Amino acid sequence: MKRKLSLLLALVMVFSIVAIGCSGGQATTSGEPKEEVIKIGVFEPLTGANAAGGALEIEGIKLANEMYPTVLGKKVELVILDNKSDKVEAANAATRLVDQDKVPVVLGSWGSGLSIAAGAVYKEAGVPAIGTSCTNPLVTLNNDYYFRVCFIDPFQGNVMANYAFNQVKVKKVAFIIEKSNDYSVGLAKFFQDTFKELTGDQNSVVYTGYYNTGDQDFTAQLTGIKESGAEAIFAPGNFTESALIMKQAKELGITLPILGGDTWETPEVIDIAGGAAEGVVFSTFFDPNAKLTGETSKFLEAYSKKYGKEPAAVTALGYDAYILALNAIERAGKAEPQAIRDALAATKDFPGAAGTVTLDVNGDAVKSAVIKTVKGGKFTYLTTVEPIKK
Amino acid sequence: MSFQIFLQHLVNGISLGSLYALLAIGYTMVYGILRLINFAHGDIFMLATYIAFYSITSFLLPWWAAFLIAIILTSAFGIILERAAYRPLRSSPRISIMISAIGASFLIENLGILIFGGRPKAFPIAPIFSHVVVIGNVSISVVTMIIPIVAAIALIILNYIINKTKTGMAMRAVSKDYDAAKLMGININYIISFTFAAGSAMAAIGGILWGLRYPQLIPLMGIMPGLKCFIAAVIGGIGNIKGAVLGGFILGIGEIAIVASSPALSGYRDAFAFVLLIVILLVKPTGLLGQNSAEKV
Repeated sequence: MKRKLSLLLALVMVFSIVAIGCSGGQATTSGEPKEEVIKIGVFEPLTGANAAGGALEIEGIKLANEMYPTVLGKKVELVILDNKSDKVEAANAATRLVDQDKVPVVLGSWGSGLSIAAGAVYKEAGVPAIGTSCTNPLVTLNNDYYFRVCFIDPFQGNVMANYAFNQVKVKKVAFIIEKSNDYSVGLAKFFQDTFKELTGDQNSVVYTGYYNTGDQDFTAQLTGIKESGAEAIFAPGNFTESALIMKQAKELGITLPILGGDTWETPEVIDIAGGAAEGVVFSTFFDPNAKLTGETSKFLEAYSKKYGKEPAAVTALGYDAYILALNAIERAGKAEPQAIRDALAATKDFPGAAGTVTLDVNGDAVKSAVIKTVKGGKFTYLTTVEPIKK
Repeated sequence: MSFQIFLQHLVNGISLGSLYALLAIGYTMVYGILRLINFAHGDIFMLATYIAFYSITSFLLPWWAAFLIAIILTSAFGIILERAAYRPLRSSPRISIMISAIGASFLIENLGILIFGGRPKAFPIAPIFSHVVVIGNVSISVVTMIIPIVAAIALIILNYIINKTKTGMAMRAVSKDYDAAKLMGININYIISFTFAAGSAMAAIGGILWGLRYPQLIPLMGIMPGLKCFIAAVIGGIGNIKGAVLGGFILGIGEIAIVASSPALSGYRDAFAFVLLIVILLVKPTGLLGQNSAEKV
């Protein structure tokens, strides 16, 4: 018995060495191919709490790659790494992309916290990164190598606070904040600033509850809200937890309007929350019905041909990040990180699928926001809010 | 806080506590027999929800058949896990089995990501479970009510098996003195397999109820409940089934109480479980209902 076991273990070891050898071999062949390629790194959450968001963005990036497979006469190769919805893993994935794969430019990620965690790595390595839907201001602040194709949370928080005050006509709100998520904390803060200004009431936020990423029980926070006298709930955060919040709110008999941010636009929200998702309102980047540029039509046509459905906003942003990277490489004339960075920083009036991209001094796109709701089990367009002119 | 709000919190707490209790029993049973902390227990719980999920969505079984199959397959999986990962190491130092348990846990989690995918899935809920009953200002979904009832029934059955049947007597003998029980002719392998099956069945019941209450499945969903229920088992006195139930309720109600008493503290609810663990280990290392033993673990 023992001998058999040790034989088996030995076989396993040999097998794994062979397996490692093989994958190593593949890596070197892809590193020095006959045809010269330009690599573009992609770091997105493919597993963990943010996996659905990452998958949507990768759809857009891959679609763009199929439509525009070459730049400067060379083939583009995507190096896709999983940041596992985890800040530590995000930094690891980033390090691997710049050290091992030596990509000249990186796309991603869904989730501001993940982007912030990886930002320092890119800055140190001098490799430019293009954020897809990471909206927290800290992603690009003090980081000359991080850019993004989406608007930022001070604007988004402002939009939702205005919507709550002017459209839903509420004066008291409750917050449920994902404490370990920079995106959620930031967005709630910006919402609060605007909302207090609008109502002129310092106590207009009557309840602030927190939760941790991965929590599944929100009944205590929601029961607290029930007695707080709030007229609406603002609960920006991961879509998985948010979907459970919607569901449990309904179970507890809470009928208040529930508001959120761009992360909610994933099919999982409707799957998990079911009927409880009806009527929730959130801000996002893009709606297929608002054709913004010539690129929008191209993107929509290609997407519906390939997937046979309407794209999510973040898919359009993934697409935009890719074509912006290609455009920057073209303008730089070479696939060299510093040159690409300089080209990116000079981006002006670039036509993307989700609107025209002009990057400001921080590397943030100035764009309009779209407000959507869930109606009949579908995301439905409500209105568009133009950017604030400074 | 009004009385109705208090009642609402209490209902929420009892429901969460029952789920913790069901899961904690599995830890405590295995520990009682083998002196092994089965770190893969949380992942068995995860498997149960996925089996139920696929039985309903892919094999289109009615919910009760799917739940039955999930419980049976999960018990079988518990037995297989013990045979594959723990039995070969039974005579090795205890630390080796523990490392093997951690390994098994990682293996199941990562296989889960590979096979089920990393994107969350929505647990299909039969309409009868999602019905909401409103009494005064207290809203209770049918699931919330069912959870403590099912947990209580499962506990009564388990209690009967352990205290009134021959197998149960053998289990108690093995947990008291492993070697003496062996010398008395008790079929140790059978008893251990049975223990794993029963513990896994409890985890499966807990998992299904969990899925009905929090209908979001991800392959890593077992980690945090697993850890917390291990703590619940330790608080109650590991090896003691009534202790596990008590620990589960203390943890569940305590967590809700923390959030209910102060929203500002609501981000620390996970910390509450761990702080409680440290306090218990300092004040009463054997747990609330645990017996004193000279052995150091």
